[in-house]
Amino acid sequence: MSPTIRIAIRFLLAKKRSMLMSLTGIVFGVGFFISTQAQLSGYQELFIETILGTDGAIRIEDRIQDPNVFVAASTKKNTSTNFFITDKNNRRFVEGIEHPDSVIEAISELENFEAASPVIKGSIQLQSPLRKDNGQIYGIMVDEHIAVSALEDQIQLGSIEDFRGSPMGIIMGHKMAARLDVTVGDSIIIRAVDQQQRYRIAAIFETGVSDIDKTRVFMHLSAARSLLKKPNGVSFIQVSIYDRDRAIVDAEVIERVTKHFSAPWQEREKSWMQLFKTLQVSAAITVSTIIIISGLGMFSTLFMIVMDKTREIAILRSMGYTRNDISNIFLWQGVIVLICGTILGCGIGYLITFAISYLPMPLSGIFATEYFVVNSTAWHYVQAVIAAIIIVMIACFAPSRKAGKLVPGDVIRGTAA
Amino acid sequence: MSEIKAGGQKEVALECRELHKHLGEGETRVHVLRGVSLKLYRGEVSAIVGPSGCGKSTLLYLLGLLDLQDSGSISIQGEEVPPKNDGEHTRIRGENVGFVFQFHFLLPEFSAMENVILPMRKLGRLNPKEMKSRAHALLNEVGLGDKTHRLPSQLSGGEQQRVAIARSLANTPGVLLADEPTGNLDVKNSLMVFESLTRLAKEKGQAVLIVTHNPDLAKKCDRILRMQDGQFT
Ligand SMILES: Nc1ncnc2c1ncn2[C@@H]1O[C@H](COP(=O)(O)OP(=O)(O)O)[C@@H](O)[C@H]1O
Ligand SMILES: [Mg+2]
Repeated sequence: MSPTIRIAIRFLLAKKRSMLMSLTGIVFGVGFFISTQAQLSGYQELFIETILGTDGAIRIEDRIQDPNVFVAASTKKNTSTNFFITDKNNRRFVEGIEHPDSVIEAISELENFEAASPVIKGSIQLQSPLRKDNGQIYGIMVDEHIAVSALEDQIQLGSIEDFRGSPMGIIMGHKMAARLDVTVGDSIIIRAVDQQQRYRIAAIFETGVSDIDKTRVFMHLSAARSLLKKPNGVSFIQVSIYDRDRAIVDAEVIERVTKHFSAPWQEREKSWMQLFKTLQVSAAITVSTIIIISGLGMFSTLFMIVMDKTREIAILRSMGYTRNDISNIFLWQGVIVLICGTILGCGIGYLITFAISYLPMPLSGIFATEYFVVNSTAWHYVQAVIAAIIIVMIACFAPSRKAGKLVPGDVIRGTAA
Repeated sequence: MSEIKAGGQKEVALECRELHKHLGEGETRVHVLRGVSLKLYRGEVSAIVGPSGCGKSTLLYLLGLLDLQDSGSISIQGEEVPPKNDGEHTRIRGENVGFVFQFHFLLPEFSAMENVILPMRKLGRLNPKEMKSRAHALLNEVGLGDKTHRLPSQLSGGEQQRVAIARSLANTPGVLLADEPTGNLDVKNSLMVFESLTRLAKEKGQAVLIVTHNPDLAKKCDRILRMQDGQFT
């Protein structure tokens, strides 16, 4: 062991009490940092999972109008039901996907592609024996849609098998079912455009997202075609991928290859993702103040030790210890507290995170959960440790520099006088 | 007066020429050392005596490279000390200068043994085992062989000062400077500390310079230098 570390340890042990205060601050600062980040990240993760489980990783929607064939397309007869939309980039869209099979075939070449489900969407009115409600109909192919969403797990009442076996079956959100006062097995009239049909409720789902649970109704694609009078084409294709973090890149590729507008989940939920990011940063700053305060404590303790030890510093200098040696003695004290603080802090952070995950905290609205959701990653620990390192090193810098600069002659004269 | 070596030539361990030093700022600025020149020889014990405030400590700090002179030069063991080079001063201190302060100045967190080992550890010439046995030998020589593991607070003033002497000799420096090492001790302890200091210096051929107020001790030295108002008389 280097002599400076040895001396640092002895000096530190002589000032145990004040250093314990700083140590405690660092321990809890690091611990809270880790646990708050774990909570925020847990909720963010749950939110992302909810998005992926409902609306999927990528949604391919309207066809982008090629400016060169614009005139030809607009004059084609069978596109008369479609209309043009212009986006912010001044691109024009043709609503819907005319040839879903060829689009799916093209995107299935993507390395990250997992599954795709064509969906027909339309507005409907529902009429139960007692009440009326508005909603959105999603015409799906069961197996395809299960592959791109968590629909199967979201079934609360009834079963997917029942739905599969009944051509006029529907799956309804639980909030809508409650509002209409209907349950599995009841039949209900759905009205769209200019016609109406009777359907049977095969299952009821809950996603935890109020907007979806209030409005969404699933039915078979063929049933939706006849209800909405859309003999061909679909409204959108929901795509699931293996690596969700590559969705943005994949969506760009899909857009280029298929000439259809496609939205990755990050873009669709941009404002929520920004909110989570903001919360994480603000929590990190808030919790870092605990570490900053203990850093201040450490700064003053170290200064105290330096002032207390000027004689010892002068003796060490007289024996041949250099300015750097003396500075290092005080830096080492900081490093020792830092190492103990971050190790204990990581342990405390782990324990707090673990304990919090058992706290009941029922929530629903943008997702559903009954307990605090936590998601710890190594990155949270790294961030907390980096914050502690930076703060402690800043706190140690001035005292150790001051210690190194002491002139032994001045010190001894001062004490001898 | 001083011992003549076999070769008939006394070896110079430390030499200073025309040292000047001011202390204080502005109104309180004092010309403390007014051109001090001196040679210390190996194996010789010199004493500086003089009234309080005449500049004895100031001179010792300059010779021990603990402070910077305003003008004049110092050479130690034949090596010219570069002015204002803290790194070099520190190295020379570690290798060639032992210092005993008026107040024993031990590190209170370290045992007697560890205090003696501190300079050796910095110099790094010995392995830990050799350091221990050397520290033990040194403490034995100052009569503390049985108290090596005591903390300074568990030792008397005289014992602490003897530990400080053992420590100053740890790296076998060519020059030993002691500023009133017996100033705070009773007669019996003073004598013991003084004997330790001079005996070891004679045996190892070190040059010793002691500042003292005690005329009896001064008389026992090979040479007495009298100082007044920052000059030798
Ligand atoms: N910081 C200072 N400012 C001004 N004068 C000082 C300072 N320190 C010491 N002196 C003066 O320097 C002189 C020499 O002091 P010192 O070397 O300690 O004397 P001695 O050791 O011979 O008693 C004294 O007159 C003292 O008053
Ligand atoms: Mg003095």
